[in-house]
Formats: sequence, structure tokens, C-alpha cells
Amino acid sequence: MESSDKSFERNNGLNLKATELRLGLPGSVSPERDDGAEDNNWYPSGEVKSLVSGDKRGFSDAIDGCSGKWVFSVSGGSEVDLCKGGGLFSPRGFNVGKSLAGSEGKNQQEGVAATVGKVNVTQPQKPLQEKRPQLSTPAAKAQVVGWPPIRSFRKNSMANHPPKNDDNAEAKSGCLYVKVSMDGAPYLRKIDLKTYGSYLELSSALEKMFSCFTIGQCGYHGVPSRDGLTERRLMDLLHGSEYVLTYEDKDGDWMLVGDVPWEMFSNSCKRLRIMKSSEAIGLAPRVMEKSKNRY
Amino acid sequence: MRRMAYSFPEEVLEHVFSFIQSDNDRNSISLVCKSWYEVERWCRRKIFVGNCYSVCPSMVIKRFPEVRSIELKGKPHFADFNLVPEGWGGYVYPWITAMASSYPWLQEIRLKRMVITDDCLELIAKSFKNFNVLVLSSCEGFSTDGLVAIAANCRNLRELDLRESEVEDFNGHWLSHFPDTYTSLVSLNISCLGSEVSFSALERLVGRCPNLRTLRLNRAVPLDRIANLLSRVPQLVELGTGAYSSEMRPEVFSNLAGAVTHCKQLSSLSGFWDVNPACLPAVYPTCTRLTSLNLSYATIQSPELTKLVSQCHNLQCLWVLDYIEDSGLEAIAASCKDLRELRVFPSDPFGVEVEPNVSLTEQGLVSVSEGCSKLQSVLYFCRQMSNAALITIARNRPNMTRFRLCIIEPRTPDYLTLQPLDMGFGAIVEHCKDLQRLSLSGLLTDRVFEYIGTYANKLEMLSVAFAGDSDLGLHHILSGCENLRKLEIRDCPFGDKALLANAAKLETMRSLWMSSCSVSYGACKLLGQKMPRLNVEVIDERGPPDSRPESCHVEKLYIYRTVAGARLDMPDFVWTMDEDSAVGLS
Repeated sequence: MESSDKSFERNNGLNLKATELRLGLPGSVSPERDDGAEDNNWYPSGEVKSLVSGDKRGFSDAIDGCSGKWVFSVSGGSEVDLCKGGGLFSPRGFNVGKSLAGSEGKNQQEGVAATVGKVNVTQPQKPLQEKRPQLSTPAAKAQVVGWPPIRSFRKNSMANHPPKNDDNAEAKSGCLYVKVSMDGAPYLRKIDLKTYGSYLELSSALEKMFSCFTIGQCGYHGVPSRDGLTERRLMDLLHGSEYVLTYEDKDGDWMLVGDVPWEMFSNSCKRLRIMKSSEAIGLAPRVMEKSKNRY
Repeated sequence: MRRMAYSFPEEVLEHVFSFIQSDNDRNSISLVCKSWYEVERWCRRKIFVGNCYSVCPSMVIKRFPEVRSIELKGKPHFADFNLVPEGWGGYVYPWITAMASSYPWLQEIRLKRMVITDDCLELIAKSFKNFNVLVLSSCEGFSTDGLVAIAANCRNLRELDLRESEVEDFNGHWLSHFPDTYTSLVSLNISCLGSEVSFSALERLVGRCPNLRTLRLNRAVPLDRIANLLSRVPQLVELGTGAYSSEMRPEVFSNLAGAVTHCKQLSSLSGFWDVNPACLPAVYPTCTRLTSLNLSYATIQSPELTKLVSQCHNLQCLWVLDYIEDSGLEAIAASCKDLRELRVFPSDPFGVEVEPNVSLTEQGLVSVSEGCSKLQSVLYFCRQMSNAALITIARNRPNMTRFRLCIIEPRTPDYLTLQPLDMGFGAIVEHCKDLQRLSLSGLLTDRVFEYIGTYANKLEMLSVAFAGDSDLGLHHILSGCENLRKLEIRDCPFGDKALLANAAKLETMRSLWMSSCSVSYGACKLLGQKMPRLNVEVIDERGPPDSRPESCHVEKLYIYRTVAGARLDMPDFVWTMDEDSAVGLS
């Protein structure tokens, strides 16, 4: 066992030269990762840049980001100008304490004291939530996936019935995991609805999550894909009226996403399904009926 | 089977071996000599596979032809916290199909974090005539339709336990499929289900099963039904209530209290969703008998909680929300002298407010460590901690075997000194010489890993998050901790150097999970290439790692030892690093 350890150290040295393996310094982040190193969200950080550039038409184009309401354009219609501030995905990194991590034990007290204020205060805040008119509480902390380590069952139990002594119970009921499936995709995803503040955020996230499935679809439709990556996006398929985004509400009914205010949607959504349009016929009228019955 | 003139006949050996139940001992026996290996393998009845991908079903069946009970675990532990994307794997189907033809006498299947479909459940129901025990812990992939097959076909079913599984819950009708002739139920746990089951079917079922000991109901069972149920099962030992709230009309209360009193064997209570505090006194008659109490879904305040728990003088296991507060824990320290396990869960884990909503600090845990001399297993969520408190706890409880501390805010320092918590956790590993499981949190440097590597000789499982400064931290762990089996790490600056330098260690462990660390794709490839008995799986949802530079860090890494080779059921975001993938390396 010892000799293999040593040979690894030797190989390590050799390989550093031969293959230019770059071993990053502790605490540093290689450029490819951006702050994705500490971003445990579902978003593949490689695609962030293309979204931020804004000139490629994606999911977000069909969305009226300013009002917070999602207008679902099936026929590839209106190209609404994005409210850049409120519309685009910003990577949520978790950078607290990075300076602490790099201190390497020296001047630890100083390092700690200097940054302890940061530990409590510089929680990266979800930038989009600050702009939400509905939310009256201060912006929620960015939620790191899987932290604190509490099982979904417990989280969902608490989410359905928030702590009683909590004045702001409605605003911060924890998180709610819902399954997202896409017709034709081999497996589904789970997302935490509470981490999104608007239909815009949700759509961006879904786009990233399911773009790997659209590769298959593109192949099927004859669009060549290079190295597994493709220009086409989820929304392009949705523009092409092939798919619609639907959800199952608390009553067990399937509805089109986007017709009700975000808060109402996120409180009643149990699961999401990216459905083939052909199966979604008849959903819209039911939405109208339900709205009438609800109030 | 050759018989040595100077050894015992097989039958004698087999009889002797039948007293050895521990897997480790059985493994040792099989290594003594060839004939012992042969005898042992023919009489092994129980198999535990800690990682379903470490071996393939055919290998198990070939070596152990007469198995009656199997336990399998699938996904890595961090899957509980949504760190493992859906579709990763853990499918039990290949095991069920293999066992259906080779183990017709299989009696028990226990699964944890695996994907089991309705087809599997049907296959189980039809293939194993003597099937007794089905435990699905944190599993998913099945629906209540699958449960119909089990209920309808398993004549000898004793135990059906769905703890914390994700079930596609169409309705509660499946329960009605237990035939009227079915009377062998001993344990039923349906607490994870959402739908209402037919109460009359449930009442008839429990009424005709004289050996029923454990009944864990789901939230949908209202409180006013419990009395009726209990009256049919006076021999019940473990009860999980449904929603524990009702208008509490006087007769409901007295019926419930009466029924509870009548169950003289009742020693374990759980459930208690949506508690109406006024209803709590109904269970007071059981308090002195209780050894296990799970109030972790009960959103009641400290005074009522304390009043209930401090009557439970024989309590050994308590799960509770942080509403218990320091004052409640102090009362427990004084009244529950037999306490062995304590878990305190956060009521408001994502709280935005600066002031915590409950007064639970490190002091509560210190009190319990002082008052409860048998305390050996702790899971504690809190918002502040100090080295002093940890040192005190370590000194008080050198018999601690499981210590999991979760300070909710990552990288929180000692709130008194603003120092890292290295010393505190160091004291834990130094004093608690039998520590088997440890979870770290708070501000921690490489120093804490030095302590752990040096002192934690019996440690088998370590969970690390947002800790450490450099590869040195990981190196300390991997070069120490002789008994380490499972290591899971997230968001730590650990990278290639420590991993590659300690590659051999990985073959002595069950698995290593690293996510959001600094391990490069190149290192993963190297490791996969050089270590054929490890599966090095890169999980990356950004697309093929080949499309990025080799120095690029992988999102998630799961390494486990295996004799089955690379698995074939990986989704498109998982890549196994093996000889084929090591392009460009000589």
C-alpha cells in the first residue's frame, strides 16, 4: 500500500508536467467554475454566460418579467423586452468565509474577527427577490441545496404546516420539493419551489435542467448536435407548440402554468410536467372554471 | 464435499456456525480454510450489501445459495438532502429478478435508498411463497398499486414498513386488499403515505391480527379514530398516531385516554402531527412505560413538551423539535436518566430573522450530557456552539458512539471566542474512544482533521461540510482513521493531491462522496485508470466532463469499491472513470 502511495506522488509530479493538470490552491477557484464551486444549485454554470448575454432567444423572451406574471406564448409570438434587472438568472454563489478558508491558520484570530461580521451579514441574497412587490419580509437568504441537512419528508411536513409561533409563517415556510417530469425524458428532477420568486426564475431553471433532454429531441427532428451541445432550447420547443408546462395542484387537477399569480401557484403546485401539447388540450378552459369557483 | 478425517462433520460445523449471526464473524469463519468456507456459504441465511453496486446479484447467489434474508443499500447518504440528482441509480430490479429464480424461499427484503417499482413489488409478491418482511426505508419509484400486489398475495407477511419512502399515493384502497384470512401482521408502518386508508378496513385488519405489535399510522388518520383502533389491539407495543388534533370533545378525550391506558405494553410513541396541546394529556398514562418517543413533528411549545417528556422516566430514545429549548433539556437531564439517544431537529431551519425563534443553545446539550450517563447517540441542530461546551460534553460522555452536530449557519465560529471549533471536536474524538459516527459543522480548519485522523480510531462514518483549508485536511483523514468506511464531504477545499496520495485507502472503505470540492476531472480519470477495483463516478450536470479542460473541477464525485466493475445503468450525467476514459494519459 505504501509503495502505491509513493508512486502516486511521483506520478502526480510527472503528470503535472505531462498533462498540465492544474491543482488549484486551496480556496481559489478555477475560472471555469466561476463561483459555481460553491453553488450547489441545479444550474450548470457553464450555461450561465449564454443566458446573461441576453441576445439569444430563450425561455425568458416570452416572459413579461417586469410584472412578475408569466405570459405563456405558444406560437412564438411577442418578443417582449426583458427587464434586465429582474429578468435574468444570476448565479447564486455561497462565498461567505472564503477569506477565512484561505487564511491557513495564520492570523486566524484576526482573520476571524475581521470577517465574523461577514459571516452573519453577507449572506448572498437572492437579487430577484428584492424586486418582488409581493414579498414584504426582508429578502430570504440564498438557500444552499441540501443545507441544513434535513430529509425531504421532514421538510415537506414542516412546509405544509409552518411553525405556529411564527409571524411570517407564510413567507418563510421552508422549502417545498416538487417533481418535474418531461414527456419523453428518461427520468425526472426535483426542484425546490421556494427558491424561486417568479415564473421567470422557474423557467430559467427548468430550461437548464431539461436542455439535456432537448438534445435528444433535436436529434430526432434532424437538427445536428455537436459534442452533445445544441443551440436549441426548451423554449424553442415550447415555441414550436410541441410542449406546454403544466402542474398538478392541491386538488389533483392539471393546470397550465402561468395563469395565476406566482404566490398562488407556488402554494398550490404539487408537481410539474412538461407535457406534449397534444395532451394538454382542454386544460385552459378548466383553469377558467377553477378561478371562478375559487373565489 | 470432501471430509477431512480430523475435522468435524459438516452438520456439526453448520450447527456451530448457526450461532454466529454477525456478518464480520461469518466472514472471518469463511477465511479459515476451504472446507469452512464451503460449509459457511451453504448455511449463510442473511446477507447485507451496504452498496448495491459493490457486487452483482449473480455473484451473491453463486456464493450463497440458501439465503433467506437480504438487505441492500443504494444511493449515497447525501441523497437524503437532494444532493444526488434523480435518476442516479440504485435500482433493485436486477436483484429481484435474479432472486426470484434463485431464492424461492426468500423471506425478508430490506432496502434503503433504492428505487423499487410496482413491477418489482409484483414480482416479490408472486415469487416468494414464504415472504415475511418488506422494509423500504427512504425508497422511491413505487405506488400504492404495487402495495396492492403485496397485500393481496403475501399470505405470510409479518412486516410491512415503508418508513420515509416516497410513494405515488393514488388512494388508500390497497389496504383493503389484505384478504380476510390474513392474520399474520406483526408490524405495519405507513406513516409516509398521504391518502386516507379505509378506516373500517384498517380496524378489521388490526382486529384480526393477534400478533400485531407495531402500528405506525399516517397523518390522515384523525385522532378520534385512534381509540377504536387501540381497543382492538391491546397488545400493541409501538404506536404512531396520525394527526394529533381534534376538537377534543370530552368523550373523545376520555375514550382515547382509556384506550391508551388499556395498552399495557405500549412503550413507543410517534406521529403527533398537528398537535393540539389540549389533547396531549391523553397519553400521560403511558409515560412511565415509554422507552421511545418521537415528537419531531409535534409543533408544541416548551412547557407542554417538557411536562410530557419529564414524566417519561424510562425513556431511552427521544426525538424532538427545538421547541424543547434549553429549559426542557435540563428537565430531561433530571428526569430521564436512562436516555441513550437524543435527536433535536430545527423547527425553523431556513429562518430569516436574526433572533432565533426558540431558546435552544449549546447549553441544552451540555445539560443532557451531564445528567444522562448512558447518552451515546446525539443528533443536534442548533445555532451556536463553543469549544468549551464541546469539551465539557466530551469529558462528560466518553461513552458517546454517535455524535452529529449541525450548527445551522455554515462556518459559524465559537460564539464566545470567535475561534474555530477545532479544539471542541478534537476533544470529542479524543475522549470518546468508541466513536463510530461523527458529523462536523461550524468553522473548522485543517487542524480538526488532524485531531480526527489521530484519535478517531473506531470512526466508521464521517460527514464534513464547509470545513477545512487545504488538501492537508483530507489527507489527515485518509491517512488516519483506520476503521473509516464512509466519508462524505461537501463544499470543502479538498482536491487532487490528498485524494491521489491516498488512493489505496479508498479500497478499504465502502465509499467516498465529494461534492463542490476542488477535485479535477484529470485526477478522477487518473484514479479510475489506476484503481480498477474502484468505481470512480463523476456526476456532472453541465454536460460531458470531456467538453471542459481536465483541470476543471467536477461537481460531484462518488467513489466506491466494487468487484462488479463499472455499472451499466448510469444516467447521462454520470460518467465512470476507467481505462477507456483515460484518454491522453499513458
